[in-house]
Amino acid sequence: MTETSGTSPDTPPDPAPRAVSTSASADTPAAADLAAAGASADVDAPAGATATVDPPAGTGEATAAGPAVRTRLLRRPSRGRAASARRRRRSSALVLLLGLLSTGVLWSVLAPSGSAAQTSDANEAVRQGRALYAQGCSTCHGLGAQGSNTGPSLIGVGAAAVDFQVSTGRMPLAAPAAQADRKPALYSQTQIDQLAAYIDSLGGGPAVPKVTDTALDDADLSHGGELYRANCAQCHQAVAQGAPLTYGKFAPSLSESTPTQIVEAMRTGPESMPVFGDRQIDEKDAVAVAAYVQHLTKTKSPGGFSLGKYGPVPEGLLGLLVGVGGLLVVCLWIGARQKV
Amino acid sequence: MTTAPPPEFVKRPTPVRKANRAIDERFGTQAGLRRNLNKVFPDHWSFMIGEIALYSFIVLLLTGIYLTLFFDPSNTEVIYNGSYVPLKGVEMSRAYASTLDISFDTRAGLVFRQIHHWAALVFVGSIVVHLLRVFFTGAYRKPREVNWLIGVGLLVLGILEGFAGYSLPDDLLSGTGLRIAASIAQSIPIIGTWASFMLFNGEFPGANFLPRLYVIHILLVPGILLALIGAHMGILWHQKHTDFPGPGKTEHNVVGHRVFPIFAVKSGGFFMMVFAMLALLGGLAQINPIWMFGPYDPSKVSSASQPDWYIGFLDGSTRLMPPWEFRGLGHTVPAVFWPTAVLPGILFTLLALYPFLEARFTGDTKSHNLLQRPRDTPVRTALGAMSISFYLVLWISGGNDVIAKTFSISLNAMTWAGRIGLIIVPPIAYAVTKKLCIGLQEKDAEIAHHGIETGIIRQLPSGEFVEDHRPKPELVPDHPHVPTDRYALPSANGHDDGHGKGLARRAGKAVSGFFVEEKEPGTPGHDTPAGSEKH
Repeated sequence: MTETSGTSPDTPPDPAPRAVSTSASADTPAAADLAAAGASADVDAPAGATATVDPPAGTGEATAAGPAVRTRLLRRPSRGRAASARRRRRSSALVLLLGLLSTGVLWSVLAPSGSAAQTSDANEAVRQGRALYAQGCSTCHGLGAQGSNTGPSLIGVGAAAVDFQVSTGRMPLAAPAAQADRKPALYSQTQIDQLAAYIDSLGGGPAVPKVTDTALDDADLSHGGELYRANCAQCHQAVAQGAPLTYGKFAPSLSESTPTQIVEAMRTGPESMPVFGDRQIDEKDAVAVAAYVQHLTKTKSPGGFSLGKYGPVPEGLLGLLVGVGGLLVVCLWIGARQKV
Repeated sequence: MTTAPPPEFVKRPTPVRKANRAIDERFGTQAGLRRNLNKVFPDHWSFMIGEIALYSFIVLLLTGIYLTLFFDPSNTEVIYNGSYVPLKGVEMSRAYASTLDISFDTRAGLVFRQIHHWAALVFVGSIVVHLLRVFFTGAYRKPREVNWLIGVGLLVLGILEGFAGYSLPDDLLSGTGLRIAASIAQSIPIIGTWASFMLFNGEFPGANFLPRLYVIHILLVPGILLALIGAHMGILWHQKHTDFPGPGKTEHNVVGHRVFPIFAVKSGGFFMMVFAMLALLGGLAQINPIWMFGPYDPSKVSSASQPDWYIGFLDGSTRLMPPWEFRGLGHTVPAVFWPTAVLPGILFTLLALYPFLEARFTGDTKSHNLLQRPRDTPVRTALGAMSISFYLVLWISGGNDVIAKTFSISLNAMTWAGRIGLIIVPPIAYAVTKKLCIGLQEKDAEIAHHGIETGIIRQLPSGEFVEDHRPKPELVPDHPHVPTDRYALPSANGHDDGHGKGLARRAGKAVSGFFVEEKEPGTPGHDTPAGSEKH
């Protein structure tokens, strides 16, 4: 899998027009699917547009493509006087139509996400993320993230779900089982962000929460503890060591979870976990819960060796094996030393 | 009751002798003291297991007294404002708050709490091992049935006492345990509701339950335990200890060391060892970190909530029980009634009645002072193995969620394995153990006939090969099944029987001594018993 992570960012195989076409048809997953498959030969409205607009647009950035097309269109009459007026009128009308169309669609997709600079970065991330997605995820989740028999649809799951699943190593899945287990992450954080941007571009959803160290330090630990005991302990166990659910599923241990991952899990409800939206547990409380879990799992507990923090089961084993067993060895020792 | 002072008193009036004479002149204790200090106890490592229970009980009393100085068994709600930051400002009972204070704001409080809890686990554990020793050697036979009954009573009370202590701190774990106890009380047909109301002084969690439980834990049950331990040891003292058969040992004597000085020194040392082990556990290994569990609130529960190990088998039986609920005659009998009230009732009744049942079925009405080896009584040994396997399946099922999580097994698979195992494992254990015992008996008989094969082949000058046989062992009087020789293989020179000095060698001797007599035949004067006494 290191191959995947190593090569994919270096090979941005898609020419910009295809990115345009994907964005243009974002509302219809089936069209996105076709575009992602590289089916540019198919005569579709956006595909036809790329054929007509041709070389100059191909060199431009995906983000700039829409406006650039329109600018060129306006200038064109003054540059190409030698061409016949009829042909000019027809092609310019077509270009105008398509330019307006792609501009409108791009606007509707990108406008809410902020300033022009961010938009540009985000689109680059989406492009990279789509490449990563096609290589590492599409086998199960489908080429357009629409889902398949082996994996759920990812449209609308949001960046938080992607960041949680990929940064905890659960995705890509090692093998189909009752539940994905935590393992070392296969993608770098940059790649995870790109994947998240791509999935986010397909239909929104919960964004990656920003859990800062300051927020963690300021969190109300005892309130977090009360929330944890009320909402989390019945599955994840009072000391966050996890416990089994039915048929091989389980609530995992939170020992290795980062605060961000804990909040992401609350917001997206992975596997059997219910979703705790921000109307139930607001941002501050969610961070308090994460801080409490950090305290449980990271702080050195007083009283000596903690026996895996599982309570009476390991305690009983130690008490019987080392306590009673050790004293039986002492009995043997005393019994062996004496001579009747 | 006055006795003439022995000449030593006149010769060397040391302070001890002076004090002894002063007491004797006033209370006439000399004769009794002399008789009891001269009492003989047999030496065998397995006779010291009961002492582990006795000494951990003493440690429990000592640490418990310290804890009572700081614990406040009150249900009153307070706002915590102690040293443990993640619980600051949380509403909790005085009981839980004072347990936190013991753990964080009392000098040596935490280590005393931990020693107390570890001692409780070891106390019940050593009672169980002691019970197994008594069972498998037939030590409970006439005339010792009453001490067996007292021992079963001590085990049941020890379990109850442990559960009461586990429930007192009012943390999330102990409250969950009490919630289950309340449910068990409610599940009893007809009287259930009233039984629960009486226990908890109303609806669970009753308003004044913890003070009641505290009185039960620190006064009532320990008082009964202490009285029963006194009776247990008084009867032992009066009836004298059993011993394994061996040279010079008969049904009518005791061979071993006198109470003073050897037995007293040995036991005193052993007490120190037990205390040291408990202190090591309490100092190095965390137990019941209640601050991590949080205060009890009936609306909250933690997964993987477990009782201490001695209740684990009941937890397991509850987990294995199918959800069968009986309704009829205006009453409901919930599924929880059978595994938590009926099953332990049957198990402990059978345990208590076992000596009488065995006497009834074997027709053995004689008194016995010599022990039996497990192989000598294949049916009893097999029944014991069957019971242990039954208990173990229940016990393992009590922690099946932790096992499922730790080893990535489906919890449902664990539950079904427990259900099936509970039915098929005990009969297998019975059959295998009985077969083993009979096989060992056959081996004994073979040795009795042919002597012990040494495995040393020698070639005679004529070219013939012969194997060295050690002579047939002599039989122990009164006990024809027990050969007096050990089955130790000779060392390389073929003759040295291995009187090594290493710890491993000695430990090996001690272990083999459980099964066969250690003395070499033909050297009766070598190890003369230090004392003997008539029954």
